Amino acid sequence: MDSIFQGLGQAVRLIFTLDPDLYEIIAMSLRVTLSAVAIASLIGLPLGAWLAVNRFRHRRATIAVLNALMGLPPVVVGLFVYLLLSRSGPFGVLGLLFTPTAMIIAQVIIITPLIASIAHQAIRDLWAEYHDLLISMNATRGQRIRSLLWDGRRALLTAMLAGFGRAIGEVGAIMIVGGSIEHSTRVLTTAIALETSKGNLEFALGLGVVLIALAVAVNLLIHTLSGTERAPAW
Amino acid sequence: MTRRLVLLLAVVFAGIVAASARAEPIRVAVTTSFQNSGLADVLLPEIKADTGLDVQLIVVGTGQALRLGAAGDVDAVLVHARAAEEAFLAQGHGLHRREIMYNDFVLIGPAGDPAGIAGAETAAQALQRIAAAQVPFVSRGDDSGTHKKELALWNAAGLAPTGGWYRPVGAGMGATLNTASAMEAYVMADRASWLNFGNKGGLALLFSGDPALFNQYAFIPVNPDKHPHVRADLALKLEHWLASDRARELIDGYRVNGEKLFTFNAKQP
Amino acid sequence: MSTLTGILGATDAPAGLREDSARPLLPLRLEGAVAQVRGRVLVGPVDLTITRTGVTIVMGPNGSGKTTLLRLMHGLQRLSAGTIRWNVPDDVARERQAYVFQAPIMMRRSVLDNIAYPLILHGVARREARARAADWAERVGLGAALQRGAPVLSGGEKQKLALARALIRRPEILFLDEPCANLDGRAMREIEAILLDARAAGTRIVMATHDMGQARRLASEVVFLYGGKVHESAEAGAFFEAPGTPEAEAFINGEIVE
Repeated sequence: MDSIFQGLGQAVRLIFTLDPDLYEIIAMSLRVTLSAVAIASLIGLPLGAWLAVNRFRHRRATIAVLNALMGLPPVVVGLFVYLLLSRSGPFGVLGLLFTPTAMIIAQVIIITPLIASIAHQAIRDLWAEYHDLLISMNATRGQRIRSLLWDGRRALLTAMLAGFGRAIGEVGAIMIVGGSIEHSTRVLTTAIALETSKGNLEFALGLGVVLIALAVAVNLLIHTLSGTERAPAW
Repeated sequence: MTRRLVLLLAVVFAGIVAASARAEPIRVAVTTSFQNSGLADVLLPEIKADTGLDVQLIVVGTGQALRLGAAGDVDAVLVHARAAEEAFLAQGHGLHRREIMYNDFVLIGPAGDPAGIAGAETAAQALQRIAAAQVPFVSRGDDSGTHKKELALWNAAGLAPTGGWYRPVGAGMGATLNTASAMEAYVMADRASWLNFGNKGGLALLFSGDPALFNQYAFIPVNPDKHPHVRADLALKLEHWLASDRARELIDGYRVNGEKLFTFNAKQP
Repeated sequence: MSTLTGILGATDAPAGLREDSARPLLPLRLEGAVAQVRGRVLVGPVDLTITRTGVTIVMGPNGSGKTTLLRLMHGLQRLSAGTIRWNVPDDVARERQAYVFQAPIMMRRSVLDNIAYPLILHGVARREARARAADWAERVGLGAALQRGAPVLSGGEKQKLALARALIRRPEILFLDEPCANLDGRAMREIEAILLDARAAGTRIVMATHDMGQARRLASEVVFLYGGKVHESAEAGAFFEAPGTPEAEAFINGEIVE
């Protein structure tokens, strides 16, 4: 129990001493994860909507694969992205390995299936509700998807926040492709792994508390900006 | 709501673009034991001040470090597994091997020392006593330099460790020490990792000093003939610094809890 | 005639389209039209003509195929056999119809944005669309509820919204599927008033109901469905005074419900 209280104490001290290294790490975590969520949403939300409104030959199989990809172990994704971005790999010339961009790519691969899958579920229900109306009004395929995405925006925000949650706490993949380089690619999760490996368990736990606080803060901020919790429930 | 979200996304994207424009640094794959020793925190700022090099450390096991070098993903490696290093050179992945410094491995165990290794005369004898007492021993089991060293020591002691008391965990040094601490088991670690380790619990350093436990670190610049983008010029500059008198002063002078960890032994060509 | 236009349209599309948009949508002709789902015939074969003016009330007991017939005409239900022909090509025809569902579909938007939606779909600028939607909201009595969320309206308000949204593009024909099924008498009268206005403005109305009073108030023509088949298609006065089949007579007398 002592260690846990010391960890909480560490967290408070870390936050209020304005340690510049800590803020650098937090900024990197946010930059990587928010970028990954933004890109994964640009892919995943329309993909989920598209899967919900279109009937095609391998639709069921596609959705099954999408759902299965949600369970992809991050380490496997990390390894895959490493092999792609390695100097000896197909995209080696870009020199992206051990950069924030590499970490963003890995996280996009990890969370896009999650975001697409939740979006698909939400949009499918909304499409069942709107189907006759939109067909009757002769809305084009693009108009249907746009309307569903807009009217389902609350559920889609939830999908994005789920993606954010998975990405901000992810360590296996970004460790491999980012390298946890100090002042360059170190983020909260890889810093926690590092401190744990040094046996500094209280400090690691303190960083963990900071991570959770950060995730809560981002969630609250998004909800406030979008007015989700203020407007009526329709 | 849309406008604010769009604004938020725009800021994020601007961040990505702004951050990709940065000077290209030199990347060195180093072993966990080097990073955990804390020596890097002393050396890197000095290297930057003296040479202007922005050294970025990729902290991995020796096996992965050499893999990264062979793939051209780093400019140099700093590792401690002689046989693997020589194979790396034989395959043409490295320019040359430069010995920089050594530290040593130590045997850790529960403070009560149920196997009685504290009084052993050699590392081999200490390991024989652990095997005879069948007390838990946690091994890295991850094919790292430390793991290879441990296996070589068992071999030298004429033993092939098997059985329920021998537990390979397939993890890094820190995780292995955490496991040993929780299990009150014997374990072999490099002195630096042990001294800097913050979760010692009921463990204590029981045996050290046998020259068989010395651990040589070597610096190998990656061969630019194989990977033209590799900054061999920067790697050679860094090597030059690591072999300098300034480095000798810092490496030999580095202390943790008053104990000297590394001994500088780079030879001038 | 419509076949001829189709051929002309194919050889000279722009001129054909211009010509089509000037032509009236009606009459609508159903010949041997059948709706079949998994081998079961829901409606048909139906032969029916919807002429240019008036209010057609589709009557019949529950399960007689009223909804299916309306959906078939509007194109929401796939045609299994026979033909359904508008006076203009099908792609043009769809643009000039509207449909009000029995359970009104409320988009998760404000009242104003729901009513403006069909205009937005057809490229009307947002500002103008909203202004016209506000005007229509006023007309159907929702002027005070513009910014309320459509899903939280009462049943009567939802149906009025659905009507305004259906009428905002001035359709030449409006299909309604029991729009007053769960409404009280006052809401029903309000909706009937809106429908009479629309009719006066030139919108052809085809409405399913099994409310006898409403049918008598609105109908100029009655189509009586029984077991998926048209048993009678007659001028309203004649139908109510002297039904031509025993089933229709029994229905009017309230003897058949299911």
